[in-house]
Amino acid sequence: MIAQALFFSAILFTIGVIGVLTRRNAIMIFLSVELMLNAVNLSLVALSRLHGVVTGQVFVVFTMTVAAAEAAVGLAIIIAVFRHFRTVDLENINLLKG
Amino acid sequence: MLLQSAGTGAEVLAHPLAGTVAWWMWLIPLLPFLGFVANGLLSLLPGYFAGPEDPSHDPDAGHLQPGDAGYSGPPPLDKWQRISTIVGPLVVGLSFLISIAVFLAARAPGMLEVPFIQTYWAWMPAGDLRIDWAFQLDQLSMVMILVVTGISFLIHLFSIGYMKGDSGYSRYFSYLNLFVFFMLVLVMGSSYPVLFVGWEGVGLCSYLLIGFWFDTKANSDAGKKAFIVNRIGDFGFMVAMFLIFANLGALDFAGVERAVAAMEPGQSAVITAICIFIFLGCAGKSAQMPLYIWLPDAMAGPTPVSALIHAATMVTAGVYLVARAGILFALSPTASLLIVLVGAMTAFFAATIGLKQWDIKKVLAYSTVSQLGYMFVAVGAGAYTAGIFHLTTHAFFKALLFLGAGSVIHSMHHAYHKANIDDDAQDMRNMGGLGSAMPWTRATMWVATLAISGIPLFSGFFSKDEILTGVFMRANQGLIAESTFLGISGSVFMYVVYGVSLLTAFLTAIYMTRLMRYTFHGPSRLPTSAREHMHEAPWIMTGPLVVLAVLSAVGGWLNLPSIMRLGPAHVLENWLEPVVGRATLMLGGGSMPAIEHSTEWMLVGIAIAVAVAGVAVAWIRLDPARLVPKAMSPAEHGVQAVLANKYYVDEGIDRALVQPTVTFSRRLLWRGLDMGIIDGLMVNGTAYLARGLSWVGSRMQSGNVGSYAWVLVFGVLLLLSLVILR
Repeated sequence: MIAQALFFSAILFTIGVIGVLTRRNAIMIFLSVELMLNAVNLSLVALSRLHGVVTGQVFVVFTMTVAAAEAAVGLAIIIAVFRHFRTVDLENINLLKG
Repeated sequence: MLLQSAGTGAEVLAHPLAGTVAWWMWLIPLLPFLGFVANGLLSLLPGYFAGPEDPSHDPDAGHLQPGDAGYSGPPPLDKWQRISTIVGPLVVGLSFLISIAVFLAARAPGMLEVPFIQTYWAWMPAGDLRIDWAFQLDQLSMVMILVVTGISFLIHLFSIGYMKGDSGYSRYFSYLNLFVFFMLVLVMGSSYPVLFVGWEGVGLCSYLLIGFWFDTKANSDAGKKAFIVNRIGDFGFMVAMFLIFANLGALDFAGVERAVAAMEPGQSAVITAICIFIFLGCAGKSAQMPLYIWLPDAMAGPTPVSALIHAATMVTAGVYLVARAGILFALSPTASLLIVLVGAMTAFFAATIGLKQWDIKKVLAYSTVSQLGYMFVAVGAGAYTAGIFHLTTHAFFKALLFLGAGSVIHSMHHAYHKANIDDDAQDMRNMGGLGSAMPWTRATMWVATLAISGIPLFSGFFSKDEILTGVFMRANQGLIAESTFLGISGSVFMYVVYGVSLLTAFLTAIYMTRLMRYTFHGPSRLPTSAREHMHEAPWIMTGPLVVLAVLSAVGGWLNLPSIMRLGPAHVLENWLEPVVGRATLMLGGGSMPAIEHSTEWMLVGIAIAVAVAGVAVAWIRLDPARLVPKAMSPAEHGVQAVLANKYYVDEGIDRALVQPTVTFSRRLLWRGLDMGIIDGLMVNGTAYLARGLSWVGSRMQSGNVGSYAWVLVFGVLLLLSLVILR
């Protein structure tokens, strides 16, 4: 059971990474990041179960709290970017080009 | 003070002089140093205004001075100047008085059997090398101290009159005091490094005083020339010191003497090398070939400076050093012979140039070079006493000649100034008949002229005669006569040197008589408007002239030859015997060189005949009435032009050394090295490299978040794989 959970977590994380790497839309990248976060959450819970300590589960609660805050800030930034550029396609947003 | 440590060593306590007035000898150099500080601070005070320029170098002789009607410039010097007038000469005068007191204490029998050394502090304690800051009083340094402080005091007095009203009055006296301080360090130092401090210090003061009127470029150039040429000699002196320490293990005079005590003359090539390097230093400081070129240019300084530094004292430092290191030179007859040859060549060469110079100070400058050559002939030949004797008498009469010339230039300039004429106040063609206006100057300068020419009973006669006799007697006895150089016997060389020295004496008499005749006799070539303004110098200037004239006249009594029975003979020789006696003996081949009385009388006769002939020839053959002022004089031709242009040595050096150096510096060092490699490759190259690298770096900053994410992921994968596969 734990093995399946960890395997599932790895797949989720890989999907998230691929999403971050391949998508151009900021919302989609943002969602992929959330996916990666939750994949890590899942593995934390599984490993907590494996070792019989609750520390991992406590961390998950923290992670979810931080993820909620991060989602709010991230979405706010995306909205601000959209207001400024009229797009959220990151291909077009490269003001920091060297 | 630091003097607490003086007298702690048992040896010093045991010295008979330790409890006497000689204990105060540290005051002798210290007082002029305090004078330098006081006058130096005074010269920094505000309230010093641009005053009249040097009389001898004023390009605008007609300008108005404070006190003239219509003068609208800054007010004359303020009251502070009076302090320098007192402090400057006073400290040197006190030094002189202490020197006399020390001398009186030291001349008592048994007082100076070993040198009296005062150690003040350890200067350079480093491993085997231990150099103390110590002063040494022995017979040789005593003579030098008396000459330096005595002549300096007179010249300080003269300067009060000569430099009156100059904008740098206090600065002048502070430099002059500093010079006296360093010169005293030079002659009192008990080791080569301490001597070297004084050596460099007098060079510095010489530079400062040559370029005293630095607002004229020629003056500051002359100062630089003196400094740079001296540097070549100093390099030799330093190498000599390194060699002495590396091979003899000591740098104080006593230690060096101990280290070479067991050596035999002519055995050690190292000693010869040391001697030659020391002599290179002496050639620089004492203006011997080929490093004499700076001395005539040094006449750009105020005339009393020429008298003090470039005639009487500093330039004799080389002679002093050879006498001081006599024990080394005695071990190397080859080096000694080399000194004799260079000295004789310089003496003759400079005397010929002196024949055709028109600038009154240039004549005296070449005369100085020539007389220094004479001294080196003496000390090189091993006649150390004769060299020091001539050094002393030369200090008297050459200081007098220069001060007299200063008095003439001072009056000439004053007259030109009053008559609103702009002309060369130093050119003898512009003078003539000055004797009637300046009787004191003429009389005292004649004494000096007769002395330098070697007219009997004047001081120069005795000292020159002793050198000539010394050379002649060493031509057939002693180590130099036995040595060979370039395959020729030293004996032959010495006879040639004797002949050249005689010829030089003849030329000396001619050019000095020429100077006197053209300056003081015959019709005046001054414009009538200026003639009435010629006047004798004030007493503060003529006073030192009179004192020096007396010394020039009777200075010979310091060291009379025994054959003449005019008084106690060989006073100076007996006095100096503890210092130079051993070296003289060694170079004499184990015995004091001696000569038959009849031969000596013959040599004296020849010397007198040559001197009298020189004066007479010049007096009869030269006619001041035929001279015309400088502006109307025709150009010189043939040999005369060669002599008047100093054999084109300066031009030759310029062509052969200076110009190639400038071209090399400009093309390779400046354009190539400085601009090309340092500026181009190093400075700009670094900037170009940084800019190129940052261009590469900036290409990676695409601004695209996606590409950063790719790099991040690949980085993580790389690190993970490294961790896992390790």
